[in-house]
Amino acid sequence: MPLQVKGEILDVRRVGAYSVLSVTAPGLPERTRPGHFVTIGIGGEESSMVLRRAFAIHNVQERGVYGGSLDIVVGVHGAGTRWLSERRRHDPIDIVGPLGRPFVLPKERVSCVLVGGGYGSAPLFLLADQLRERGCRADVILGASSEDKLFGVLEIKRVCSTLTITTEDGSQGLRGRVTDILGESIEKFDAAVVYACGPMGMLASVAKIATEHRAYSQCSVEESMACGIGVCMTCVLPVVGDDGVTRMVRSCIDGPVFRGDRVRWADIGTIPEDTLGASAGGSA
Amino acid sequence: MSRAIVGRGPRAIAVEPPDIDMTTSLGNLHLVKPVLTASGCASSGRELDQFFDITMIGGVVTKSVMLHPRAGRPTPRMAETPSGMLNSIGLQGPGVESFIERDLAWLDQRGVTTVVSIAGGSVDEFSRISQKLRNASGVSAIEVNISCPNVEDRDQVFACNPDAASQVIQAVRRHSDPRTPIVAKLSPDVTDITEIAQAVVRAGASGLSVMNTTLGMVIDVDTMRPLLAGVTGGLSGPAIRPIAVRCVWQIRKALPDIPILGMGGIRNGLDALQFILAGANAVSVGTMIFHDPSAPLRIQNELAHALNDRGFKSVREAISYAHRQSDNATVLELHPDEPSGD
Repeated sequence: MPLQVKGEILDVRRVGAYSVLSVTAPGLPERTRPGHFVTIGIGGEESSMVLRRAFAIHNVQERGVYGGSLDIVVGVHGAGTRWLSERRRHDPIDIVGPLGRPFVLPKERVSCVLVGGGYGSAPLFLLADQLRERGCRADVILGASSEDKLFGVLEIKRVCSTLTITTEDGSQGLRGRVTDILGESIEKFDAAVVYACGPMGMLASVAKIATEHRAYSQCSVEESMACGIGVCMTCVLPVVGDDGVTRMVRSCIDGPVFRGDRVRWADIGTIPEDTLGASAGGSA
Repeated sequence: MSRAIVGRGPRAIAVEPPDIDMTTSLGNLHLVKPVLTASGCASSGRELDQFFDITMIGGVVTKSVMLHPRAGRPTPRMAETPSGMLNSIGLQGPGVESFIERDLAWLDQRGVTTVVSIAGGSVDEFSRISQKLRNASGVSAIEVNISCPNVEDRDQVFACNPDAASQVIQAVRRHSDPRTPIVAKLSPDVTDITEIAQAVVRAGASGLSVMNTTLGMVIDVDTMRPLLAGVTGGLSGPAIRPIAVRCVWQIRKALPDIPILGMGGIRNGLDALQFILAGANAVSVGTMIFHDPSAPLRIQNELAHALNDRGFKSVREAISYAHRQSDNATVLELHPDEPSGD
């Protein structure tokens, strides 16, 4: 069950193009599993920004003088994320979490490939750590448009089996995209599962490549959300259920992690004709 | 609960609310507390029950349910705007049968006062939903969302036409249990909201929800197209609060006795108090739930303090208080520590 807590900023540090915020969040670390996210209220109680912002949980510290804290990675996209990146030590912060369905971990000791696009690598640190604890291989591929948009290259080396970097401009690692080398990585490490977090386009390609190479895929999506707790119905996308029926499901509580082969990636932003309730129309 | 830590979130006030009578009513619907959720902002209450005890507030107004399951509109469905947001969900929902089986059953078992919001594309659809709800257990009242397009009349919104709005209310009244209060939810997007209010009351509405969102639009300056897939959307949040307070005020003046559920951008107890002073018998909290999931209980507690600070002994004393003719006409004085005479 998620909690709403009044936390406090412990530290804000710049990492490449991003800001990493450490915040006290008593009770959240012990509830967090890899892939969970939090939402943060923006601008204080009289804010003109009424919607919370969602962030994958990057790291947790269960103990310590603060009664538990966690880290999130913020990319500045607008006024809300700019406000967050400008917080300073001791500033109060309203946090709700952990939210969403986390990554499903394999029961057996299988090889896993973890793919992160940009700061989509944020939730992969906890995941790699837990996979290694279970005796699984965790081979990581991080990609971005350029070197400054990569996140956590040095830190993830401590928890992963191998690390491969791609940048579209070739400023670090291989020139190209994560998906250019995903297929061969799955074969090379004989991976059973591919975990991914990043932009929708990347996730669509990751899911397709994983299926082609007979690997199971777990994709954490980034849909814009208003509430993060399942009440507003804004973050929906078409997903095929166990019964073969497509439904518009909420990425905040039915996700953000979905089986890659169940998301109708090409149809995101539409209501496919065969979706449950599509015939009733969406005109109202 | 001995030491009153009410609510599960830290922003739900951790002190005992003052000892004032918070009971109110919407016609023959008795409410133990005056703050409810607003339709479409709390689903069916279950998610919020994780953050505060949902039975501690006045009730839940459920997301508008239609006759059949409905997928709604494509994304993007939402845009943040100054002190508010636009939404264009398109009434995604499970349909009335699944709603009764799952959501209503949970609310009933949990003991929540439940106002079921219904929506339809035709008068007949409203009638059929009402029939389905008639024998369901746990319906405290029905809120009729008439801000939907009438598929039989060029998609004109029912709420904007007194005749169309009246036909819907008549149909719901006729097909519902006569003891069930019927509350019509009005749209502010009309020339004279009191005209619609009077029409739906004549048609059998036992109360009014004031108000729904107002239509808005945002253009994405990067794509240079409308941001929402549905092009236009309903504007909600503190940005529209003064419009909503004005609507409550005008309707209270026109219809001194009609029960009003007031809503529109309520963010704290003082905002809720404005609605009550303007004439609302109870209030709903909507968009601010997205900002703070404990908002309904927090606002209810803040309202109790705000009433107490102004010397009111009950929420009922404050209803329509801003309409009083002269300050001498009442015994209320701003001495909260001393008992005020009646």
